[in-house]
Amino acid sequence: MRVVFFIPGFLRQWTDGEPRVELEGRPATVGDALALLWKHYPGVRDRVVTEQGNVRQHVNVFVGVESIRFTGGLGTPLNGDCDVSIVPAVSGG
Amino acid sequence: MVATRQITPREGDVMVLVGTTKGAFLLRSNAARRRWDVGGPHFAGQSIYALALDQRGGRRRMYAGGSSDHFGPVLYLSDDLGATWSDRERAAVRFPEDAGAELKRIWQIVPGREDEPGKLYCGVEPAALFESGDAGETWSLVRGLWDHPHRPQWQPGGGGLCLHTVIPDAVHRGRMFVAISTGGVYRSNDGGATWDVRNRGVRAEFMPDKHPEFGQWVHKIVQHPTFPERLFLQNHWGLYRSEDAGDTWQDVANGVPSDFGFAMAMHPHDPETVYIVPIESDGFRCTPEGKLRVYRTRDAGRTWEPLTRGLPQENALELVLRDGMDADELNPAGIYFGTRSGKVFGSPDGGASWSAIAEGLPPVICVKAVVIGDPLKVRVPKPARKSAKAAGRAKAKPRAKAKPRAKSKPRAKASLRAKSKPRAKTARRPKAKPARGTKAKARRKTR
Repeated sequence: MRVVFFIPGFLRQWTDGEPRVELEGRPATVGDALALLWKHYPGVRDRVVTEQGNVRQHVNVFVGVESIRFTGGLGTPLNGDCDVSIVPAVSGG
Repeated sequence: MVATRQITPREGDVMVLVGTTKGAFLLRSNAARRRWDVGGPHFAGQSIYALALDQRGGRRRMYAGGSSDHFGPVLYLSDDLGATWSDRERAAVRFPEDAGAELKRIWQIVPGREDEPGKLYCGVEPAALFESGDAGETWSLVRGLWDHPHRPQWQPGGGGLCLHTVIPDAVHRGRMFVAISTGGVYRSNDGGATWDVRNRGVRAEFMPDKHPEFGQWVHKIVQHPTFPERLFLQNHWGLYRSEDAGDTWQDVANGVPSDFGFAMAMHPHDPETVYIVPIESDGFRCTPEGKLRVYRTRDAGRTWEPLTRGLPQENALELVLRDGMDADELNPAGIYFGTRSGKVFGSPDGGASWSAIAEGLPPVICVKAVVIGDPLKVRVPKPARKSAKAAGRAKAKPRAKAKPRAKSKPRAKASLRAKSKPRAKTARRPKAKPARGTKAKARRKTR
């Protein structure tokens, strides 16, 4: 199974500058997929989730075009190849 | 990509580190502190609540507490005076899993005592204290405070529930103070293992009980390192002094236009001199009457005087936040503050005269002033024009007045002394409580 991660500019210092990261694995959930991402790029983790493992308030994670906020959070199941986008929320000033 | 302007600080320069809502700016000047280079923005787009330079133990490391709106708080380190910064792959300041809390913001980074060169403290939101024993590489939660029975009842103020001030006592080993909004002042005598609340005498204007044991909305506390029993406190309404290391507090709002305010800075060489910027009220957080006035006491709060020369005295509805003012350690001391409207003002003469040293910045959150290297080795040049005038006066006037000698002689000596021995030995030597009168006069003359 192939997961493609899309990385926002702010986090690319932790993916060797890569805006797109493709990983092979067998993640059952979004949480598993993200764990796979930080296994390869550990610096991404603490920017996307808090020290308690919750996705930060103003970070959105999408599987395809669906925000995981509405599909079960990090427990959202994955079925086959997918795109996972990490996107800063439209917030701030 | 935002371009960052770099500055090149040298040994003996003064740097003013300015944290804003949109990044950090680093200002530098030579010891005259008349002309300033402005560098930045660093961490463009991030709010910077904490900045510090640690020069102990042969190290020269700068720290910045940043926070992007999206990706959380980050502790940055620089070993080249802010030219380049790095953060660690694994966030260095983090609550342990069993604490159940999530770090929201780093409010304060403070180097520990001189004889513990690897030690640093950091105050955060939600209110907690962290310490590092390896110059900021790794940090651990100070459990003694986290487990304090009061903690569940601390309430967030307007800026959030934050531990914003940390004072490691330079004289009494193991003693330290923290200030929490809203919780108040807490003191440890055993290096942080246990903490006692120290709010007696400080009122809580916004509570039905005006003098609760804790819950005070403290905005800033300061202490002179050589006179550690005395503390000053700027409260959310109320201006206080303690002479017993916080056991009791006395109101010292004598002659200020408002006892509401945030910022407070201690003079580096005089334990009786403190600076504040009074603010109209909690409902109207602006300088009273549209005048930007720093108030200074030189007698430990018995009286306060406005300092206005060079500061706008009309249409200046400014605000200076709790960490928005600081002093450098040269002699005479430089005093600096930054405003909500993005201006930074500096005074190279202890507050006598001011000028804008940076303008047009984003709203200023914190200001830290540091001397690169040993301040005792830095000779402050006298302003050329002023000294020429003073010399002219000194020649012309002595015979004009009836008793000029008593006045003019000590002044000449004082200025000579200041010239030949920068900062003399007042800076680091613990001194007894200054006698009233003669010393106060001498102090005025040297400034």
